[in-house]
Amino acid sequence: MGMKTLYLLVPLAPLAGAILAGFFGKLLGRTGSHIVTILGVAISFALSVLIYQDVQAGNLFNGTVYTWMESGGLKLQVGFLIDPLTVTMMLVVNFVSLMVHVYTIGYMAEDPGYQRFFSYISLFTFSMLMLVMSNNFVQLFFGWEAVGLVSYLLIGFWYTRPTAIYANLKAFLVNRVGDFGFLLGIGLIAAYAGSLDYAEVFAKRNELATLTEVVTGWPLITAICICLFIGAMGKSAQFPLHVWLPDSMEGPTPISALIHAATMVTAGIFMVSRMSPLFELSDTALSFVIVIGAITCLFMALIAIVQTDIKRVVAYSTLSQLGYMTMALGASAYSVAIFHLMTHAFFKAVLFLGAGSVIIAMHHEQDMRRMGGLRKYMPITYATMLIAALANAGLPPFAGFFSKDSIIEAVHLAQVPGAGFAYFCALAGVFVGGLYSFRLIFFTFHGKERFREAAHDAHHGDHGHHGPAEPHESPKVVTVPLILLSIPAIASGWLIGTILYGKWFGDAIYIAEVHKGVETMAEEFHGVFGMMLHSITTLPFWLAVSGAATAWFLYIVRPDLPAVIKQKSGVLAIILEEKYGFDRFNDWFFAGGARLLGRGLWKGGDQVLIDGVMVNGSAGAVGWISGLVRLFQTGRIYQYAFSMIFGVFALLTLWFNRA
Amino acid sequence: MNSQLLSLAIWVPILGAVPVFWVGSERRTLVRWLSLAVAVAGFLITIPLYTGFDATLSGMQFVEQAPWITRFNAQYLLGIDGISMPFILLNSLITVLVVLAGWEVIEDKQAQYMGAFLVMSGLMNGIFCSLDGLLFYVFFEASLIPMYIIIGAWGGPNRVYAAFKFFLYTLLGSLLMLVALIWLFLESGGSFNILDWHQLRLGMAPQILIFIAFLVSFAVKVPMWPVHTWLPDAHVEAPTGGSVVLASIALKLGAYGFVRFSLPIVPDASHQLAPLMIALSLIAVIYIGFVALVQTDMKKLIAYSSISHMGFVTLGFFLFNQIGVEGALVQMISHGFVAGAMFLCVGVMYDRMHSRQIADYGGVVNTMPKFAALFVFFAMANSGLPATSGFVGEFMVILGAIKFNFWVGFAAAITLILGAAYTLWMVKRVVFGAVGNAHVAELKDIGSREFLVLGVLAVCVLAMGLYPFPFTEVMHASVDNLLKHVAVSKL
Repeated sequence: MGMKTLYLLVPLAPLAGAILAGFFGKLLGRTGSHIVTILGVAISFALSVLIYQDVQAGNLFNGTVYTWMESGGLKLQVGFLIDPLTVTMMLVVNFVSLMVHVYTIGYMAEDPGYQRFFSYISLFTFSMLMLVMSNNFVQLFFGWEAVGLVSYLLIGFWYTRPTAIYANLKAFLVNRVGDFGFLLGIGLIAAYAGSLDYAEVFAKRNELATLTEVVTGWPLITAICICLFIGAMGKSAQFPLHVWLPDSMEGPTPISALIHAATMVTAGIFMVSRMSPLFELSDTALSFVIVIGAITCLFMALIAIVQTDIKRVVAYSTLSQLGYMTMALGASAYSVAIFHLMTHAFFKAVLFLGAGSVIIAMHHEQDMRRMGGLRKYMPITYATMLIAALANAGLPPFAGFFSKDSIIEAVHLAQVPGAGFAYFCALAGVFVGGLYSFRLIFFTFHGKERFREAAHDAHHGDHGHHGPAEPHESPKVVTVPLILLSIPAIASGWLIGTILYGKWFGDAIYIAEVHKGVETMAEEFHGVFGMMLHSITTLPFWLAVSGAATAWFLYIVRPDLPAVIKQKSGVLAIILEEKYGFDRFNDWFFAGGARLLGRGLWKGGDQVLIDGVMVNGSAGAVGWISGLVRLFQTGRIYQYAFSMIFGVFALLTLWFNRA
Repeated sequence: MNSQLLSLAIWVPILGAVPVFWVGSERRTLVRWLSLAVAVAGFLITIPLYTGFDATLSGMQFVEQAPWITRFNAQYLLGIDGISMPFILLNSLITVLVVLAGWEVIEDKQAQYMGAFLVMSGLMNGIFCSLDGLLFYVFFEASLIPMYIIIGAWGGPNRVYAAFKFFLYTLLGSLLMLVALIWLFLESGGSFNILDWHQLRLGMAPQILIFIAFLVSFAVKVPMWPVHTWLPDAHVEAPTGGSVVLASIALKLGAYGFVRFSLPIVPDASHQLAPLMIALSLIAVIYIGFVALVQTDMKKLIAYSSISHMGFVTLGFFLFNQIGVEGALVQMISHGFVAGAMFLCVGVMYDRMHSRQIADYGGVVNTMPKFAALFVFFAMANSGLPATSGFVGEFMVILGAIKFNFWVGFAAAITLILGAAYTLWMVKRVVFGAVGNAHVAELKDIGSREFLVLGVLAVCVLAMGLYPFPFTEVMHASVDNLLKHVAVSKL
């Protein structure tokens, strides 16, 4: 069995699981379905580890599986590119996916769509693996849209809920806006490079960099990169295409962890890193990237402060963290972005799965105002979420500290226009990050046990049939994945020396000579402990600590204060609670505008102009002309005789007067 | 190679309809099985056309030639190339599915219904393999009759208006084509052979006139904006089978006409008027996309979606690059599967609920999970999701368009958003949600016959999406030849 067979098995094993659970779910039963899907992902994970070792030994691969299509000199193939970047993604995707599969056994235990759910998440794993393992743009686009499809299906998993099916349509369409740009980028590459194979395109990049787009006159490489990045803005939920991600929380929590935190939303980050040989040639594009990332990072974090739904806090936190990754890309620190992608995948998965654990214990209550004091009932969930929150806030020695701090440093060193603004946003984001992370912890796990009051409320939702039972820790299938994921949420950051400064990515990532950020950081890096010690003297550390301290003051010491602040801040609070008005604007302008335009074209164009004036008009014209002609056919002899005489005179006059 | 395969493909369904009519509608079981046997036989006959096709040749294959009307030098001249061959297979396959789809739901005059479809299937095959202008015209016009009868006899309440509109529109269009054909006959010194016309040298002015004459005829058939308004009416009133054949095959005739007549016979006019064609195509893609968004009737929505998708076909042809033209052809085949399946899906619901209004549905997935899965799948194909056939053609045409002019590609790519918006918004309101009303609550999921029909199409859609190579492979030589021919001026 050659390595190529192994590569092929990596995506196909989860696909087989998905097909079995999807089509034969009834036959296999619940247990059978989760066994086949978990087995599929476990095989895929084990193979990824094997392939990782092989790659470490220096065996890279770039080859074709089959020719998908050939036309006009463009040979489009399905194939794999196995290099350190791919293998890193494979490990992250498969590990988180495996944990989520196990966790789902507990979380979805009572759901009638159990088999369907397992089928979907395995199908997702397949799609994501196809995306990261691709060696060409077509397959990348296939994976890109396929993960979007599964995301659509999973957000709308509880299809009887109006909010869920609104959210999944919204997610799909907003992603399509991004894909629109992405496809244009791919089209430009195909038109000018004559190939959609990564290696062939990268080989021609210096030539591409000298060209301008013929029709628009834009510098070609900038146009390509910005178009591609618009795709990333959709998938990785960057401002202003971020609007779908918070709503995607309508889906079951395991998929929020897997798809909307750890893997799918990082596809954009991965893609830009993969395209580093192209992005490095356009400072304009990098500048665009860093500014978009900066806006997302700070402004989404601010919204997290005012959210009361536990999952939405984590969702906005994800947006903010994705903003950090994007900034790193703009600062030419691709390896740092991928490093943060990795650490974030772990600690954010813990935050989501922990939130899910809380939600189960609260009988599907998601409002933090009805929680509080849960730490003594759910010690494992509390401990793991605390770890994740510390990592999310970027405090040493947790994983998030190393990656986030490196991003801030890289942005600080970046020279592209907009880097100064990005540096400010990154720093401010650290304070806000500390604040919302610990607000979540204190609100949920500390303070008064507000769920006791809530039990008497009228508000029970769909799941209100339970009495005011004592919350209790979730079963092992839930807590074990939490524990297993929180290990890398602590420790994966310690790999910083290897991953960022140890040639981990080899030649998979290209950085132009002039972009010296990561190189400078490598010179200043003196080990994990050195970095932690040094951080205590730096601003980000104290910003994070003061963010956490603010949360402690507001939600533990003076729990009455937040309401007062909210009242005093007036408009500001409204702006944040309205999420800057994006949803309203989009609903009004884009959704409403499109319908208005459609109705206008239909009623005004099709019905009035085409059918009314042209079609029925020509029928009417025929009728009118025949009516006119009919006037002359009166049947009265004297009228005919008179016109005859008149005609004869007229002809005679003409004849006598001829030249 | 003197095979009679093409004649068989034409005449087996047409002559097979005779016993179907003769058996009569009283013997329902016999009529059904007989019709199915004829349709399946018709399909099996076409398979050797694919297996025996030599993809390396750019010329016509399976040629049959016999004198027909000697006075006008019109011949019974048949032949196919890589452009026409796939459509004969598609047509014959769709006929089988249409017969199956009408198995139980057609209660009135079933023999005539089945017979009409069989006759039409043969006539359509005749159109795709005629190489004689007059023969083409006869098949082209004759195919109107069964469709007119299908809409007029088995249609909805407003069927007479729709049938008339359909008939008049297409007839008026093709009269101009007849003028062009006669002119070409005279100009070529008395030949109706289309391949002779391809070599005919023509001045710019006559080229433009001929182009416009063909354009009017084919544009109505495609249909292109602004002569498209007959299609939504025809679809709404037609029975399910009629809509399927209309969308899957009949619309392709116009598009096929462009590649068989307009481009090779008047290449200079085609180049000259390409901007107009591209503009009309883009209007179809975008304008019609918005119109589709606000439809309240599912069939109308899919009809508008068809027009929008056919915009990609005409766009691809007039880009004059290989990926664009092949993409357009792929889009035609794919649209045959996907639009056919979408109309069948609406038919499945209509048979149960007797309503096409989106507002009358909601939460169909609760009572018809199997159907819902298939419907969502086809909806995704209609939105151009990769790994379905819907993606391949659109992708190729968009790549071709960007190569041609970035802004043309930009406008065409808007379909990515619009197509998903109108299709999935409909899916949201029809399939998802809580059970909408008491009627939805009583729905029964699809039976094995319906599952078979939709399943076959689903396999086709998926196979073509995952491995389009064989489809484009057979076209290369012919499309290459066409483009080379079109690149040479006839002035």
